[in-house]
Amino acid sequence: MSNAAIIGVGQSPFVRSYPGSIRELAFEAFKEAVRDARITVGDIDASVVCSAPEYDKQRSPAGVFAEYLGLNPQPTFYVETLCSSGSTGLRLAYSLTTSGLHDVVAVIGFQKMSEISSSESQERMGRGADIQWESPFGTMMPAYYGMYARAHMDTHGTLPEDLAAIRVKAATYGQLNKKAVYRKPVSLEMFSDPENRMSGPIASPLRVGDCCANADGSSCIIVANREKAAAYSKKPIWILGLGAASASVNLGGRSLYTGLTVAQKAAQQAYEMAGVGPKDVDVAEVHDCFTIAELMAYEDLGFAAPGKGKELIRNRETYKEGAIPINLDGGLLSKGHPIGATGGSQIRTVVLQLRGEAGEVQVEDPKIGLVHNIGGVGLYGNVTILGSRP
Amino acid sequence: MTHKKQIDDRFERFGVKSFTAVSKVNNFVDRLESGNVSGTKCKTCGLVFFPPRADCCQCLSEEMEWFDIKGAGRLISFSMLKYAPAGFEADTPYAVALVDFKTCKVFGRITKDISEENLKIGMQMTVAVRRLENDKITYEFHHP
Repeated sequence: MSNAAIIGVGQSPFVRSYPGSIRELAFEAFKEAVRDARITVGDIDASVVCSAPEYDKQRSPAGVFAEYLGLNPQPTFYVETLCSSGSTGLRLAYSLTTSGLHDVVAVIGFQKMSEISSSESQERMGRGADIQWESPFGTMMPAYYGMYARAHMDTHGTLPEDLAAIRVKAATYGQLNKKAVYRKPVSLEMFSDPENRMSGPIASPLRVGDCCANADGSSCIIVANREKAAAYSKKPIWILGLGAASASVNLGGRSLYTGLTVAQKAAQQAYEMAGVGPKDVDVAEVHDCFTIAELMAYEDLGFAAPGKGKELIRNRETYKEGAIPINLDGGLLSKGHPIGATGGSQIRTVVLQLRGEAGEVQVEDPKIGLVHNIGGVGLYGNVTILGSRP
Repeated sequence: MTHKKQIDDRFERFGVKSFTAVSKVNNFVDRLESGNVSGTKCKTCGLVFFPPRADCCQCLSEEMEWFDIKGAGRLISFSMLKYAPAGFEADTPYAVALVDFKTCKVFGRITKDISEENLKIGMQMTVAVRRLENDKITYEFHHP
């Protein structure tokens, strides 16, 4: 029996360059979530702001947002676990509401990445790894995930075409998502055409098409305790399972290079708490910052056995009509990845699915949804299981 | 007259671009200077660390001794960067890699003397010190 539910969700369009300040960006998602929850701003007892601070000029954005969103004098604070900050915010909101400390908590994620160049952004993102021992070699996220991809290919026979097929799937649904940055179709042929941008090398074996893009965006999730959820919401979506883990920041301190232990451990905890297994999941959002990250998620979450993730995409099992529909909003690959906003956006997608409000990409009558949100290269991992019933 | 306090910022010299100036394991840079890539071992419980550490998280001891990485290890994985983060653009293409030396695993770059086609997971790799411009120093992997 769950004691906390999501009663409102909101997301700004994810764009290359947002024409406004961070407080205005946060307002877009917040407004949508408050209206969605059919509550007033005064009903919110506390707010949690999620982002990766290295992109922010504003120190301590939580205080600035609380004022702009009309959330003074309620408490507010900032939480950060790199790209998984949003779902860490949800974990906190669950604790705050079920502990009895607060009734209703708003989790606001955001990132405005457009104020710095792409290479500067890669450098800052790379500094989410070990700055003392790895960054001096010139590391960046695509290179780390490239190393995982290479190991997966070598160990399990996964092909570059399998990864490309994941991008093709993402684009299939990204085209339908009005809030996605990248809405053009992508074909496998683009990856084999040396003239096509998709095939351009970034960090082998990953190519341009294997990588998600930076974006500006915000998300907002409103969490209420059991009593308030029942009072405010006709369709509360219940938080059934929460799992979270960490791993060695230095790659040398790890034991697995074909999967992320943080995802495996977080999934195990979340399944156990929810009392369900991978076969019970009707729809999922996984952290596809790179195509290989989605493929490893298939295996880490138990949707496929280790090494068999490629079979899921080859057999189109992760499409809407398949056994386990994944990233029907286009994923990070299509939506773009505004770090702090990403987890909230994933949660919003699964909430809309479980409410039956996902429009063209609606899965038939889903009961259980899963969100897999990773920070850094498997440094942090959160798995959240949501349900239409408590 | 005031005396400016001397800061031991030897770590500033490590790598193409260092993001750390001061560390309790600054001697790592001196050991590179003398041709060794070194980790630390806890004198109390024997736990081995690479990257080297000043503190043992197993027994909480600060008594560490240095050891040098010798011989050949096995290439766990690698990636060739054709696009680089800010400050490393002039170096592309370059490969980052992880090598398993059994006692510890070491992250670093592979020498540019080996082309990507000739790199293979599982191949033998050794590690050697390399001097860079502007008095910088690092290490890289070679095929023995």
